[in-house]
Amino acid sequence: MTAPLLTVEDLNVTYPGRSGVTRAVRNASFTLGRERLGIVGESGSGKSTTGRALLGLIQSPGVVSARKMRLGETDLQSCTEREWQKLRGRRMSMIMQDPKYSLNPVKTVGNQIGETCRLHLNSSRKEAEQRSLAMLEAVKIRDPEMVLQLYPHQLSGGMGQRVMIAMMLVAEPDVLIADEPTSALDVTVQNEVLRILDDLVRERGMGLMFISHNLTVVSSFCDRVLIMYGGKIVEECAARDLANASHPYSRALLAAAPSLDYRREELATVIRDPEWLK
Amino acid sequence: MITVSDLDVVFGRGRRTIHAVQGVSFTVAPGETFGIVGESGSGKSTVLKAIAGLVQSTSTALEIGGRPASTRRSRQDRRLLQLVFQDPYASLHPRQTVDDILREPLVIHSIGDIDEKVKSAIADVGLLSMHRFRYPHQLSGGQRQRVAIARAFILRPPVLLLDEPTSALDVSVQAEILNLLSKLRKSYSLTSILVSHDLAVVAHLCDRIAIMRLGKLIEIVHAEDLRKGAVETEYARELIAASHGFTRASA
Repeated sequence: MTAPLLTVEDLNVTYPGRSGVTRAVRNASFTLGRERLGIVGESGSGKSTTGRALLGLIQSPGVVSARKMRLGETDLQSCTEREWQKLRGRRMSMIMQDPKYSLNPVKTVGNQIGETCRLHLNSSRKEAEQRSLAMLEAVKIRDPEMVLQLYPHQLSGGMGQRVMIAMMLVAEPDVLIADEPTSALDVTVQNEVLRILDDLVRERGMGLMFISHNLTVVSSFCDRVLIMYGGKIVEECAARDLANASHPYSRALLAAAPSLDYRREELATVIRDPEWLK
Repeated sequence: MITVSDLDVVFGRGRRTIHAVQGVSFTVAPGETFGIVGESGSGKSTVLKAIAGLVQSTSTALEIGGRPASTRRSRQDRRLLQLVFQDPYASLHPRQTVDDILREPLVIHSIGDIDEKVKSAIADVGLLSMHRFRYPHQLSGGQRQRVAIARAFILRPPVLLLDEPTSALDVSVQAEILNLLSKLRKSYSLTSILVSHDLAVVAHLCDRIAIMRLGKLIEIVHAEDLRKGAVETEYARELIAASHGFTRASA
């Protein structure tokens, strides 16, 4: 195996509050190579916060600290805001959950994708348009020339999500963080979007961090899975072995999901153990 | 218990109309839980709203509990059914306490013994008496959905309509709400229609499932057949395959 793209050791994100410090991420350590790494957990388990911390998007009063946080040769902890701006988009980018809220409603698709090219690749206007077109084609948009002229509200959910993926990938980053990229989509569209992501990971050798709460999707799509609970990574396993995960929390999550394969009389509920966070 | 035949819903007027529901027919037996699945825009929620009388619809017959349900509903008609909505963050009044929320339907329908009824409704959905005077923002998502179910259930309607009741919740909380719904169904022989985009949820709770696409009902299957994959239409097969997770096979 080659050197990992991303190395994180003992990442902590804390928010000070009136009743003490909230620890959103607790001592998270992991590496990301050229693979698909899934992160699963419930709301509030710190999976999105982990992704945001890696992109330097945690805003004050949140505090990020880590023993080690490196992207390739770059030390992310000593980055200035200027250096972050160079990294974001160019070396790492993030796909957000809902295209409705993450695309600029008053700019056309072409302008938004083109902006990324001009900022990060110093492309000319003409070149930016060429690249945007090629990228929209790569994410399987049928009529890319027409879509370039559209505003986000004229797109369907699946198309919006593809536009966002195109926008994030046009500068060809090494690492892509996808924060629930398919949760707002229908199952059939979801598979199309996953296939596009999968192709891009394979062809370009990107590292993909796939954040999701959907165990079925993660186990069928990713290579490795991290399971987070209360900000802590409680288990790491190969995605295909997710069904045999050993941590009581992972087991409880699996048992709580209704299955299409067989009938469960009653669903198990998750009984939480404070010991898990120690 | 519920008969729907040839239901049509059209939104808009003139040239810009959308035929959201086209000729949908089905019946739901007393005590049955009927499921409706489909993608966004397939008209599944609109069917529910038409049954509840929240949108204008036309049909050859729309009966609830043996009574024809017209577009103008009397108070008696409205007591026959109640709705639970998708997002418990949006469907509860932010400035009313749980007590206010549960009291309101009883006051509207001039039902006495309010205090006792509110107490037992809170216990029925597995909340504690300390939750009674809290505001929605002081409750978790699962607790809020329990309040929404209690509000729908406090009038003891024979029919409960559930519009994606667990889509906004985590799997663990979803499990609690699904267990609560099956408990209520067993103890009060409730008839319900559950709309969801999640095949696993619908197959878990329902006996028969209607699959909708682009405003049309394309197939009604039994939960067992759905699990086995014994479906007739190509679209239903696609839907089942997609619900089993990601497959590399190119489409």
